Amino acid sequence: MTRLVARLLQRLLGRLPIGWLQLTHNRTRLAAALAGVAFANILIFVQLGFLGALIESIGLPYRMMNAEILVAASDANTLSDGSPLPRQRLYQTLAVPGVAAATAVYYNRLDWKQPDGTIRTLDVFGIDPSAQAFRSAEINAELDRLKLSDTALIDRKTRNVPKDLFPSIGAGRPYQFEANNRSITVVGTFEIGGGFSADGYLVVSDQTFLRLFKRRVPGAPNMIFVKVEPGVPAAAVVDRLRAALPASDTTIRTVAEAVASDQRFQTTQKPIGIVFGFGIVIGVLVGVIIVYQVLSSDVADHLREYATFKAIGYKRGFFLGIVFEEALVLALLGFIPGLVIALLLYQIIAASTGLPISMPGTRPLLVLMGTLAMCTLSGAIATRRLERADPADLF
Amino acid sequence: MQTVPSIAQPRPQDEPPIVVSGLGHWFGEGNARKQALGDIDLVVESGQLVMLMGASGSGKTTLLTLIGCLRDVQEGSIRLLGRELRGASANRLVESRRRLGFIFQAHNLHESLTAHQNVRMGLDVHEGVPEAERDAAAAHVLALLGLGDRATYLPANLSGGQKQRVAIARALVGNPDVIFADEPTAALDKDSGYDVVALLKRLARARGTTILMVTHDNRILGLADRILTLQDGRIVRDEKPATS
Ligand SMILES: Nc1ncnc2c1ncn2[C@@H]1O[C@H](COP(=O)(O)OP(=O)(O)O)[C@@H](O)[C@H]1O
Ligand SMILES: [Mg+2]
Repeated sequence: MTRLVARLLQRLLGRLPIGWLQLTHNRTRLAAALAGVAFANILIFVQLGFLGALIESIGLPYRMMNAEILVAASDANTLSDGSPLPRQRLYQTLAVPGVAAATAVYYNRLDWKQPDGTIRTLDVFGIDPSAQAFRSAEINAELDRLKLSDTALIDRKTRNVPKDLFPSIGAGRPYQFEANNRSITVVGTFEIGGGFSADGYLVVSDQTFLRLFKRRVPGAPNMIFVKVEPGVPAAAVVDRLRAALPASDTTIRTVAEAVASDQRFQTTQKPIGIVFGFGIVIGVLVGVIIVYQVLSSDVADHLREYATFKAIGYKRGFFLGIVFEEALVLALLGFIPGLVIALLLYQIIAASTGLPISMPGTRPLLVLMGTLAMCTLSGAIATRRLERADPADLF
Repeated sequence: MQTVPSIAQPRPQDEPPIVVSGLGHWFGEGNARKQALGDIDLVVESGQLVMLMGASGSGKTTLLTLIGCLRDVQEGSIRLLGRELRGASANRLVESRRRLGFIFQAHNLHESLTAHQNVRMGLDVHEGVPEAERDAAAAHVLALLGLGDRATYLPANLSGGQKQRVAIARALVGNPDVIFADEPTAALDKDSGYDVVALLKRLARARGTTILMVTHDNRILGLADRILTLQDGRIVRDEKPATS
């Protein structure tokens, strides 16, 4: 196996693959180096996985909105923050030409106490049951039942709930629970998928919502979902809405823009996104340091041989070639186990947290490129030691 | 004998490979400055085996490394293979070294390379030789040194004498014009030391290669064409043994 690679490299390099031969000669050091590179890769993959899951999970509820344009409070960065909108915004929105429909949506977070005493948090949407606020056929089929007071629909992907809960609701056995001193009856399910801040979603009517959250004022929703008339460009309607509604309390964006800005905000401004970004930096540092250690001690161990080669007449480029050859070998060989273990970890994390963590095809490519760059950088630093090989000292 | 690719470049027909005049060398700076060589004049004829003797610290190694293009010339002149070394750029010195062979006190073989690969390193420094020819040339020189059946061995699995013979093969394989050797027998027992130098001399003679060799080993002096003795950085004796 090592001989096969040696022959392959010899063809590729047009010279003896000295770097490869040196690395495979000292198996313990090679194993340590590969473990280091793999570890750095795993760290980076997992952080990227979480970051990707964060971005993905932010987009999930937006994708359910039956709307092209979202009117939200000017101080709202995500779905779950910002002040309520003033009463008249909905009527002003409806009056703008090109708007086919507009519906007010309330949002709040609810603590849901489990029978065992632990608490799940739910993102609750209060919608007008006479309008289709969401695209979900499952929600729209149950709108009439939502009109009954204190009924709700729940996200089937809600984390950490008894296993038989959703099948039982689906089979026609409503589930009741107490929250905010009211008894809520869950009569059906739909599917969004939980994110990092809440365990799942709950959809109720605006009336139920206002009973559940007593401090919320009727007619002051968090968002307005706007449907544009067919054939009218959403951007034009956005412009008209911006002209009609005061920028002091409302932001108007297409849903796609709103998702992008929410994702940008949560990945760069909120601690959770910053932590993942920081984790990637740590992974890169660990990789660079380990590879540098290995390469520079390998150079130090071979100073005498390199000095001999210098005496024979080899030039600087030849030695740089050896170090970079080693760096590339470490990058490629360390990447493979790193990727395999990361894929396993993704499955474990997805299964245990329900987070939408997955490996898009471009990510391994990206990490491989990063690993090559990382190892080359380490190699470049390690080559400084080559200067110490002086052939005059050999005699 | 099979021809190893020749790298010889034209030089004035009548000029000997080594012409040293008025050479001096110092180590250190300021008060610590100390003379290692002075007033060295030396002409070595082509194809000769010249041995350098002298007490430890007399300047033998310094002289060898100067003529071998491993140090910059400070005073005087060295013409090696028709080229002046004084004031030569680092790059020129490297180019010149490619026409030389070096044999060190320690074998300095690369532990991760087989005997054959180590020998090839002496050849790969020259460009433009086809892959197959390199392999053949390295195998040929190894065979000449009696190591044909050890080609795939790593240095760790060779005896001291075998390793030194691999090192000699590495120095010979590029068909150098001059070979520099500093106490090449120091790590060997007397018998194998003599055999190794005798073999080196025979192969060098067949190729017309000049050898400059530092030694303390009295047993091998009989192989020399000429013996120089250094003392305090000066050549104090220059003899030609009758036995040669
Ligand atoms: N790199 C060096 N730095 C300082 N002094 C040196 C160095 N190399 C040799 N010398 C000095 O130069 C003199 C000649 O040394 P050297 O040529 O090694 O002698 P030899 O090989 O005959 O034992 C000695 O006095 C030695 O201490
Ligand atoms: Mg010496």
